[in-house]
Amino acid sequence: MTDGPASSQRPSSAAPRVAFPPSWPTRITGIAVALYVAYACSILDINRERLVAGFAHGARFVSRMFPPNFAPDKLELLYDGMLESLQIAIIATAFGVLLSFPLGLAAARNLSPLPLAWAARALIVLFRTFHPVIVAILFVKAVGFGALAGVLALIVASLGFLSKLIAEAAEEMSMHQVEAVRATGAPFLSLVIMGVLPQVMARFIGFSAYQLDSNLRNSALVGLVGGGGIGATLFTAFQRFDYDFVLTIVLAIIAVVMAGEIVSGWMRRLFQ
Amino acid sequence: MDASIPFRPAAAELDRALVIRNLRKEYRAGQPVLKDVSLTVEARGMTAIIGPSGTGKSTLIRCINRLVDPTSGEIIFRGQDLARLRGRELRIARRRMGMVFQEYNLVERLSVIENVLCGRLGYVPVWRAWLRRFPAQDIDRAFHLLDAVGLGELATHRADQLSGGQRQRVGIARALMQEPDLLLADEPTSSLDPKTSIEIMELIARRAGERDIPVIVNIHNVELARRFADRIVGMSRGEIVFDGPPRALEDARLLQIYGGEGWLE
Repeated sequence: MTDGPASSQRPSSAAPRVAFPPSWPTRITGIAVALYVAYACSILDINRERLVAGFAHGARFVSRMFPPNFAPDKLELLYDGMLESLQIAIIATAFGVLLSFPLGLAAARNLSPLPLAWAARALIVLFRTFHPVIVAILFVKAVGFGALAGVLALIVASLGFLSKLIAEAAEEMSMHQVEAVRATGAPFLSLVIMGVLPQVMARFIGFSAYQLDSNLRNSALVGLVGGGGIGATLFTAFQRFDYDFVLTIVLAIIAVVMAGEIVSGWMRRLFQ
Repeated sequence: MDASIPFRPAAAELDRALVIRNLRKEYRAGQPVLKDVSLTVEARGMTAIIGPSGTGKSTLIRCINRLVDPTSGEIIFRGQDLARLRGRELRIARRRMGMVFQEYNLVERLSVIENVLCGRLGYVPVWRAWLRRFPAQDIDRAFHLLDAVGLGELATHRADQLSGGQRQRVGIARALMQEPDLLLADEPTSSLDPKTSIEIMELIARRAGERDIPVIVNIHNVELARRFADRIVGMSRGEIVFDGPPRALEDARLLQIYGGEGWLE
């Protein structure tokens, strides 16, 4: 260690060298952020008394959830809602996968002409701008309450995610392989099928499995704002103060999301 | 053709030849990589283009099948100016020109036979490619070509499992699968060891020769060029500086093509 290049220059006894000089911009920024947080808390009426009272409310709420309600009529509601959510997730993933392929390839700058690529990119950015819940609110206004609004909202979310990843995978692929297929005189679609798909397919299946998992979680969310499925059931239970049923629903969602994660992980391993 | 002109074999030969006139390529305006190159390649035998790296050999060969778009000039082949073709016409012209690449350029995740069948993509409809429903005679030919390049046993292996020499054999089979009127080879041996290089050149010469397909090959190995080519074209800085049979390629000429002296000793 003592033979490092730095030791060739002996430290002079006059001025001790400083390894980490103070950074005043960092300190000033830190102090400013702390001051602003304190100010914002006072404006928004966030204080200790309200927190303490809130915890008490929370404790009462949680205690009213026990024991979870497993009455047959409730279970039937739960089953119907959950089935609808699963269907929403699967339909949205299927359409998302189908539509994201052309959109993603159109956005890949090494495959499509630049104006088209930028237009496709702009569309993808638009799809990714808003959280699925906000998109769901828009679709509920447009097509009314129910599963259709939820499906449409999740298709938009899937398109944003999958198209972007497809475009990135396509831009990273080997153009040597594409060039060779192009040199055979292949029409564009055959070029995609034999030159592009083999290179991006394994990753795309992984993304799709992840998106199914993600849509399963989000299908509960879009239901809260009128998009149908288990989210709608949950929202109704809240409004009717059926907190014991709320717990049943929450447990069921956790179980389904965990099962979904296992299935999607297994799918990704299968196609690696 | 005018019937009053008596039939001459040379004229018929010329009809099938590749005629390049004043071919120019500038990747950046004002900096030509090819400086108005003119070259006629008759429809037989092997023509080797030699010259130092970065001299425009690869650009020249890629202008012929339009993987690179020339800036100006003509490339006349079988009555068409390849430099002007677009869309469907270009694809139909391309499918009659096979190409062998330096880095083999196989689709790594496809099987060997799928790579060979890629040579038929210009002929078969998209749905056949999608479902891998290639016509039976295409599949038979693919197997025969794989046998001809010595890889019959590996048909269903994935391309990324093969060695360099094996991959280039698949590349040759893919190019021949196109039933080409012209075979282009861009440094086909540069990524291979010396022994495999000779085997690959022998394979190209033999398989193209028995099918009577003219070959244009870029190669910087002068010995291989001398050994296999019927005609050698020397390029330097975007221009043709030598054109003749291998025996005319003396050291003085090599000096002119490659510059410098020390490497000749």
